[in-house]
Amino acid sequence: MNALLIYVVSGITIGATYALIGSGFVVVHRVTHVVNFTQGTLAVFGGLISYSLLSFSIPHGLAEALAVVLTGLIGLVFAFVTIGKKGTPPLTALLITLGLSILSEGIFVTIWGQSPIAPEGLDGATIILGASIENQRLLTAGISAVAFILLGIFFGRTYLGKGMTAAASNPRAAALVGIDSRRMGFIAFAIAGMLGGLAGVVTAPFSPISFSSDLPLALGGFAAAVFGGLSSPWLTVVGGLVLGIGGQLVAGYFGGSYQTVAALVMLLVVMIARHKSLSAEEAK
Amino acid sequence: MLNLEDVVIRYGFATAVDGVSISVEKGEMVALVGPNGAGKSSIVNAISGVIPVASGTITVDGASAQVPEGRQMFANMSVDDNLRLGAWRVKDRNPAAIYELLPDLARMKDQKAGTLSGGQQQMVAVGRALMAGPDLLLVDELSLGLAPLIVADLANYLTELNASRGMTILLIEQEVDLAFRMCARAYVLEAGRIVASGASATLAADPQLSAAYLGGIEASADRKRLK
Repeated sequence: MNALLIYVVSGITIGATYALIGSGFVVVHRVTHVVNFTQGTLAVFGGLISYSLLSFSIPHGLAEALAVVLTGLIGLVFAFVTIGKKGTPPLTALLITLGLSILSEGIFVTIWGQSPIAPEGLDGATIILGASIENQRLLTAGISAVAFILLGIFFGRTYLGKGMTAAASNPRAAALVGIDSRRMGFIAFAIAGMLGGLAGVVTAPFSPISFSSDLPLALGGFAAAVFGGLSSPWLTVVGGLVLGIGGQLVAGYFGGSYQTVAALVMLLVVMIARHKSLSAEEAK
Repeated sequence: MLNLEDVVIRYGFATAVDGVSISVEKGEMVALVGPNGAGKSSIVNAISGVIPVASGTITVDGASAQVPEGRQMFANMSVDDNLRLGAWRVKDRNPAAIYELLPDLARMKDQKAGTLSGGQQQMVAVGRALMAGPDLLLVDELSLGLAPLIVADLANYLTELNASRGMTILLIEQEVDLAFRMCARAYVLEAGRIVASGASATLAADPQLSAAYLGGIEASADRKRLK
């Protein structure tokens, strides 16, 4: 029972990470129709920048917040490179994001080296139903929940958020009322950068991060986003949690080497199952 | 209020609009009619700034807003949100004045725009355009896909808006008889060029023009007589 609870809770925290990264995919895709494969890279940036800021004796809280903001700015730079040129087709933009991701790996190795890095996180553990759960994991779940609520408020309640939704829903009508879809795309990339950065910041203390962590993180996030049809943030959260908990159960009961396989199988199943609805959304 | 001088619009190598000049005075309601593919929507989109002109000039004395062809709703958003987004360029985003003007919209303000009928959506599109506080209203294909009774209601509303509030309106319309009934003056567009212009009554009375370019006002009248 203890083992099961630990697997589920750690699955929730990993799932929350996937959901944060997946939400980044969704935010960008909804507005620009671009699949932004720098999402994993942004998470790595977040984790590594927070590590550096903490090593400069910047206090906890501030260092992590700064790392998230800086990652948002990196997301904005990626936006200028990816969709800065008017009329860039989504497929070209996707390839650009892949290129940026590869380029970033070189930056990671140059600045932070090749060894995995774990920034200092929250110490200690909390006993829940007899199982000892690391506080950092609980913090990850809590912060992710707050991030999703804020994201929901942003898109559902704020004028800018509604403008971004409008640009995604009907670009022609949006242009007629004066909404600049490209500018909305830049904002989407910045938000996605912050979401990715947050994922890296909260995860890195219990899951050391390195230059090559971007691909597994991006894959997990992408699988969660595909679960949400690349358009629904809430289904992306569900997808992330299913993937995280499922992966941890597979790792716990069948061995860690099956975890990535499980994620890929889920991605494959969801893509086949949702093929029609995804095609319909593309057609729109 | 609106002045187009020798406007040319191209899509790649294809010329959609070729040297069009149009002028609309403040407070006027003018029709731009012509068959499908004549270049009407290209002109209205160029006036709105959505597409560029290859050459020529477009001058709008004040702000313009467009009621687009096919209504173009933000389908998954409420009527209220659709209206508020119409005010993206302006500071006043309160739709109270629009609800006063179009009371039907107040009753459906929380409904998703995509669930409304075509006529209701057209009303939302008009309201959304008015939210921008325009001096010039561009109405692209008011009647498209709508039942005649609903079109008549919308036409009455626009006529009233023009008469009582002095709203300048450029009406782009395929239904020539409707456009001539609503507007005192009109331009006829054919294959990207203005082929006739003047008082609607004079244009309607010209049998040659009617037969060649307007699909026959008389034929339309005949259809109505048969009904």
